[in-house]
Amino acid sequence: MQIKDVEKLAELARIEINDEEKNELLGDLQAILGYVEQVNKASTVNQVNQAIEHVNIMREDKEPHETGIYTDKILAEVPESQDGYVKVKKIL
Amino acid sequence: MDLKSLTIEKTHESLKKGEFTVADLALACLKEIEKKNKDLNAYLEVFNDVMEQARQSQKMFEDGSATLLTGIPFAIKDNILIEGRRAGAASKILEGYRAVYDATVIKKLKTQGVVFLGRTNMDEFAMGSSTENSAYGVTKNPHDPSRVAGGSSGGSAAAVAMDGAMVALGSDTGGSVRQPAAFCGVVGLKPTYGALSRYGLMAMGSSLDQIGPFTKTVRDAEIIFQAVSEHDPMDSTSVPENIRYDFRQRSRIKDQGSKIIGVPRNFLNHGGIDKETLDNFEKSLIKLESLGYKVVNIDLPLVEYSLPAYYIIMPAESSSNLSRFDGVRYGLQEKGTDLLDTYKKTKGKGFGKEVRRRIMLGTYVLSHGYYDAYYNKAIKLRNQIEKDFGKVFEEVDAIVTPTTPAPAFKIGEKAKDPLAMYLSDIFTVSANIAGVPAISIPAGVNKDGLPLDLHLMAPHFREDVLFEIGKKFEM
Repeated sequence: MQIKDVEKLAELARIEINDEEKNELLGDLQAILGYVEQVNKASTVNQVNQAIEHVNIMREDKEPHETGIYTDKILAEVPESQDGYVKVKKIL
Repeated sequence: MDLKSLTIEKTHESLKKGEFTVADLALACLKEIEKKNKDLNAYLEVFNDVMEQARQSQKMFEDGSATLLTGIPFAIKDNILIEGRRAGAASKILEGYRAVYDATVIKKLKTQGVVFLGRTNMDEFAMGSSTENSAYGVTKNPHDPSRVAGGSSGGSAAAVAMDGAMVALGSDTGGSVRQPAAFCGVVGLKPTYGALSRYGLMAMGSSLDQIGPFTKTVRDAEIIFQAVSEHDPMDSTSVPENIRYDFRQRSRIKDQGSKIIGVPRNFLNHGGIDKETLDNFEKSLIKLESLGYKVVNIDLPLVEYSLPAYYIIMPAESSSNLSRFDGVRYGLQEKGTDLLDTYKKTKGKGFGKEVRRRIMLGTYVLSHGYYDAYYNKAIKLRNQIEKDFGKVFEEVDAIVTPTTPAPAFKIGEKAKDPLAMYLSDIFTVSANIAGVPAISIPAGVNKDGLPLDLHLMAPHFREDVLFEIGKKFEM
């Protein structure tokens, strides 16, 4: 891993970090990855189809609550809103 | 009133008989908080309506609707939502945020008329083992203020240990209830994954997180568990009652009581464990034998991989869960030149160092080219470890280790070395990986008077085994 990899990760994670912290993170991440890498040494990890036991449970996409009943409460916590909408900076 | 010796049942009797009122009890706790919190920093906020809550609870005694929990003073970790109150996961990024709904566990406790005293300090977003990662300062250990209270639920553990609450709720993703409970000399329970609803708990590692209680006795933990453990349709990972029943039927212990306790010797002999901790653990084993349990050696061949697997799965899930804190929906917003820049600036300023570190780690292990080498391997390993636990639980009723490899460490001792910090969860994390219930119970003190501990794990949905053994052990 190099500084440019740390920069790429910060970009993907959308976190602004300064140069000093980039160096620190590089060292920390390398040490942690060095540690977690040992999962590859465990003998059973080559067994196939082991990763199917836990499944996601989804709610049926029906019976929604009445539109708007939570809007005011939720918008009260939003940093910026206007006319019942969340307000953000121009995207394009 | 002697807060130290009060249990939930004793308190309930006294409240029923009118020996003291809910307000007396709440006031006694508030007094302790007033005396100690300035130094220990267990509470981030003490609610200003405690006496009003106490009055409401007292009415339940008058009209006969009081339950065992009515009037019991609770402290709540800062990542569990109580409608209308501040909730911030001890992070700057949630500065000013107020919860818009009640967590299911809170809702259940409200109907029983508990008194919420305040919200407790924690490692930011529950990421840490010392509460040093809080944006609002470290929580100190009531037994020695030069030491940490543990983490991430350090404030909750300290609140109970300093008599600033009778019960506290925390969350446990890799040991965040049990490790601080051990450091502070109180009981800490992590229920089976899916036993308690996570609705209204700020998500960290969604496949690992469980809410759990801190109490002074095992019986108190049992009472809380029974009060809040129920299937919740609002949490898709909450396990329905019929499946809980199937799990219990499948386990070897039926109704004749538990008899055999297993010790994973290979795991304990790895070194790195404090000598006094290890000696004390051997003493605890002798005590268990004297209580009539057969203590046998067991083999969990992959259990040592629980921690590295955890530090892949948890950051991966955290990095996804925390993406929602973007300066648009809640709390802090740092304005940038455009929306993307606002995200970056908000996250850069709002998240603390450890949170940034774990988000980036999670982003790395999930990224193209590394996903198979890390995340997929960790998931496969996790399934195998869970199977190994299942196999061992065909032979034994519970598994026992120390909770922590050493008692509470000094503030600052591990702050600069994330890996050393991570290793303090070595014994607790496998219960989260396997999804099994586990409890930390006080087991004496070391020569400096610091609490030592015992950690018990049981098969899925057999919390009753933990309570049975724990109650005998603590006598």
